[in-house]
Amino acid sequence: MTVCESKRDQEDDRTLLRNFLEQKACWVRRETLHIHQIAPATRIASSLSPVEIFTVLYYGHLLHFDPAIPYSADRDRLIISKGHGSVSLYPILADVGYFDKQELKRAGTVESFLGGIPDPMVPGFETVNGSLGHGLGVGCGMAVALRHTKNPASVLVLMGDGELYEGSVWEALLLAPEHKLDNLLLIVDYNKIAMLDYCAKIIRLEPLGNKFKSFGWDCEEVDGHDVEALHTVMQKLIKRRNGQPKVLIAHTVKGKGVPLLEKDSLCHLRTMSGAEVQAAVEALA
Amino acid sequence: MTLPSLKTMRDAIISSVAAKMLKDSSIYFLTADLGAPSLDQLRHDFPDRFMNVGIAEQNLINVGTGLALEGCRVFVLGIAPFVSMRCFEQIRNNLALLSQLRPVNITMLSVGAGFSYEVSGPTHHALEDLALMRTLPNLELFSPSDWVMAGAFVPYSLSQPTPKYCRLDGKPLPRIYPDSHAFDFHKGFEVLQTGDRVGLISTGSLTHGVLELCQNTPGWRDRVGLIDLFMFQPMDETALQNQLLNYSHIITIEEGFTGKGGLDGLVNRLVVQSRQKITVDAFGVPARYLFEAGSRAYLRQACGFGPDDIRRTVEQYLR
Repeated sequence: MTVCESKRDQEDDRTLLRNFLEQKACWVRRETLHIHQIAPATRIASSLSPVEIFTVLYYGHLLHFDPAIPYSADRDRLIISKGHGSVSLYPILADVGYFDKQELKRAGTVESFLGGIPDPMVPGFETVNGSLGHGLGVGCGMAVALRHTKNPASVLVLMGDGELYEGSVWEALLLAPEHKLDNLLLIVDYNKIAMLDYCAKIIRLEPLGNKFKSFGWDCEEVDGHDVEALHTVMQKLIKRRNGQPKVLIAHTVKGKGVPLLEKDSLCHLRTMSGAEVQAAVEALA
Repeated sequence: MTLPSLKTMRDAIISSVAAKMLKDSSIYFLTADLGAPSLDQLRHDFPDRFMNVGIAEQNLINVGTGLALEGCRVFVLGIAPFVSMRCFEQIRNNLALLSQLRPVNITMLSVGAGFSYEVSGPTHHALEDLALMRTLPNLELFSPSDWVMAGAFVPYSLSQPTPKYCRLDGKPLPRIYPDSHAFDFHKGFEVLQTGDRVGLISTGSLTHGVLELCQNTPGWRDRVGLIDLFMFQPMDETALQNQLLNYSHIITIEEGFTGKGGLDGLVNRLVVQSRQKITVDAFGVPARYLFEAGSRAYLRQACGFGPDDIRRTVEQYLR
């Protein structure tokens, strides 16, 4: 095989992977909208911004997990600290085998364990979530324990940008570099909007990357909707163990994929009507 | 026999934990920058399982939770008002709530019960923690009266895959119980003296003074009983209720706010449920903060639960 042929093969592989992940992300977005239709109290806009992050982690062979043994010792621990904005993980967890896909059709009802804010009642979730500012500290404790037992698994924590206003986050941001927790990866779903307004108008978070770096974190930034870029950077960060905790700032759009949400600074609390969901699903397809 | 000198509950627990850490590598000890002479040895001996998270109680609970979720057995140390109130939501969500779904073996060592830090003033007094922790399901609440009991709690605590709050007095105190005493942490109380008319029920360091009153006041033998309550939850409520039924008058004594759901709240509920004609007097801190920089005895007296106040009330019921 010539160098050219090898390069072309690699490009073909990348294209295949990108197409596969993009199709999956589109399916996840559609399913998430369907869940919102059944359970209108779910936070749809917050759940749409991390769709590609979840998709790439679970379908891009980045996360080590075993649905048959949800708490297997060698699994990578994924803490969804922004619990309210993770309904989009339900279809993925069902699809990869944590629970029956039929469950998705009764989300938010009395018979279902799929509530508006997930907790370990949902197979595949590690902790109680949604009350903000807890996940990173808990993740630090897990990372210390894993390192102590020489367990090579990683701890990943997904956090929202509005969550960065919680003081407890900064207690953990200080601790992780001090203890050189390089088995810890923080992913910030940086959709730029909290509940009432743009973060930039509430209290500025910028320069966010510099803040992390100055605390001793190994920081990267990425377009959080570009599956290929996400795959490349997350693969690199998960593997990297250089004595520093790692943070990925994923620039996302709140309500991604649904124009009426994308344009609305108050989309956090927005409930879509059945007709709006229907139109959004059709527009995605 | 010479009784050993004064000792803090904190040191008794830390020494016991350190002995366990020698044989069990799953035990971790975290502090929010609170120290102790006994802790100096522990952190020297186990640098990889001791962690000072800084003055950051929220992270103390969060990091401890992460360790516990990985199967570690974790002790966390801090000053009582901060461990109980600065991070109340971390305790609620990551300990009380999460432990209903997954095992979380954490023991909070909350040092400075009541007026332990008397001269530090009201920010450092812990008068609400008993009532606050009682509101949380799935959380064990331990309030020892001496260091023997405190030390004996360690093996029990390690064996229970649940979160626990230990309300520890900050002062060195003498012992009440002998080394060999078999504490029943499921029952949760000890009857130190029996009587047929007035029942005193106390918790923590106050038991020392009340026991002295009971033993030394003429005319109290066989008439005034004393219960030392050390587990607030879970505990054998039926057994405690049966004890309370021995008396026509009950007096609760706690170094915490009265009428807010602490010891008096627990006792009142059991008495009401018994449907018996039993009176309950609650001694403790009335609903105000104390800014006076007095001794502990002074503060107790200022709140109306000095030894003379208790004696007068008991005598009144004995007439």
